[in-house]
Amino acid sequence: MRYLPLLWAGLFRKKTRTILTLLSIVVAFALFGLLQAVEVAFESGADSADAKRLLTTARYSIIEPLPMAYLRRIEQVPGVVGVAYADWFGARYQNESNAFPVFAVEPARYLDMYPEFTVSREHREAFAKTRTGALAGQRLVDRFGWKVGQKLPINSEIHPKTDGTMSWEFDLVGLIDADDPAVRGNTDMVLINVAYFDEARQVGRGKTGWYIVRVADSSQARGISASIDALFMNSPDETKTQPEKEFALGFAKQIGDIGALVSRILVAVFFTILILTGNTMAQSIRERIPELAILKTLGFSDGKITALVLAEAVLLLFLGGGLGMAAAVAAMPGLNGATGGRFPPLFVGLDTWLLAGAIAAGVALIIGLPPAWRASRLKIVDALSGH
Amino acid sequence: MDALVEIRGVTKVYHRGRERIEALHGIDLDIPGGDFVALMGPSGSGKTTLLNLIGGLDSPTDGTIVVAGRRIDRLSGGDLAAWRAAHVGFVFQFYNLLPALSAQRNVELPLLLTDLPAAERRRRAGIALTLVGLADRARHRPRELSGGQEQRVAIARAIVSDPTLLVCDEPTGDLDRATADDVLRLLQMLNREHGKTIVMVTHDPKAAEYARRRLHLDKGTMAAEPIPA
Repeated sequence: MRYLPLLWAGLFRKKTRTILTLLSIVVAFALFGLLQAVEVAFESGADSADAKRLLTTARYSIIEPLPMAYLRRIEQVPGVVGVAYADWFGARYQNESNAFPVFAVEPARYLDMYPEFTVSREHREAFAKTRTGALAGQRLVDRFGWKVGQKLPINSEIHPKTDGTMSWEFDLVGLIDADDPAVRGNTDMVLINVAYFDEARQVGRGKTGWYIVRVADSSQARGISASIDALFMNSPDETKTQPEKEFALGFAKQIGDIGALVSRILVAVFFTILILTGNTMAQSIRERIPELAILKTLGFSDGKITALVLAEAVLLLFLGGGLGMAAAVAAMPGLNGATGGRFPPLFVGLDTWLLAGAIAAGVALIIGLPPAWRASRLKIVDALSGH
Repeated sequence: MDALVEIRGVTKVYHRGRERIEALHGIDLDIPGGDFVALMGPSGSGKTTLLNLIGGLDSPTDGTIVVAGRRIDRLSGGDLAAWRAAHVGFVFQFYNLLPALSAQRNVELPLLLTDLPAAERRRRAGIALTLVGLADRARHRPRELSGGQEQRVAIARAIVSDPTLLVCDEPTGDLDRATADDVLRLLQMLNREHGKTIVMVTHDPKAAEYARRRLHLDKGTMAAEPIPA
């Protein structure tokens, strides 16, 4: 701390140059924070996947429905300890931009399948008992200002009711949340009771979208997947069963290899920052050779001079990096609002902050070491005489 | 008086490309504690080279230098830096203050190498600035000070850690006569009232008159007999 005024003064000796450099670092880290949030959001399904959960979908397309009757048969497969299903409702709330996932589920089976979700006993029971009941993610409730006990009018893009309208109404009976921020992203949804939904829809009765299967031993997942698919081989509704993580990654990859895309953009961004800040640091130290010589004259050792120059680079990167990451965090609510729920919720997690810190430290070392080495080798007599 | 600085057979050779330049030849010199010595001589006579050796900024090619009982000519870079921090204050012709720091912070710089807490560093820097008559300029940056004031800040920085020895390289070379006299009176006061041993390089005979002794160097060799001031 005692050297902070000296470092600060050195850093802001040329204010305009330092501020411009700082701004470029801020932008780079803000971009990093945003892109990492996108990548994490895309992979959140995979990250929070349970190794003991399998997904069974129609063999050729996940939008093809499967008979609800498969449930009992899948339950009979050795190694399977639980089965639930869910169907895609295709919801629009109030207007086109308010889209969020709504799944028609059998309450107890579905909630048992996802112990990482937090649902109070009271809300769970209310959901199971109420045919028109619905559970909503806490963040959705906060976003739309819903209250437990209110009616929830939701339009479906896919399922007409028996009266031919697409307007559905449910009773909001409870909330879903999660302690883990990565999982909380998966609770931005509404669950409706399939008993009411299946009875009230015009078409597709007795069908569901996909099955979620819990197995006793994750090492048996592949074998059990094959057994399930074998059950329905050569039937009108063949299945494809795979571990939940594999399914989530495959789903994300349908949009593109987000991880590779993000990595490539960030490599380009940080390479540019490396060149820019490296040049600025080198120029700044070059201009201050006589000042560094004075510090050495006063008794600052070579090691201290090296540490001071490196610390200046670290201060620059952490200041810019911290501000950039803070800007990314500040942008999240706006971005999440703008996506209208079509996109997994974005957030900057601890891992992203730690990675940003590691990148800042790495860049600081790379740009700080050459001028630090030069400064430490400075000969006082030569530097003071201008040689 | 006992010799604070004992120089025996000191030679300094530089190499510029293939050219060998012998800046000092077999210098012998004793400087007693509490002395104020003016080192004079024409350009290239080796004055600054000798001053740099006495101040531990450079090492001799041959010979021995003992300051306050410690032989410094063979100290490693790190040891020499620590020795300078503890024993020597430096004053240069162009002040060499750090432009981004206030006068107070400039004066505090040598104290950053000590274990003193911030409050004590500030207090001591304040005393040093008061001693040189610039207590009211503590928050000013160097560019907000006159040349004479800058040099007085540099002197405050040189004395703040209470060094054994002050080495001054042309301390009035960049100042007008009246300001130079002020600075020299300040050095004289530090010598006479605070017992500081001062070695000052100067071209200026009037500046040299403030010293107790004047020594002449010519072509790297000390003149036969020091001239008392």
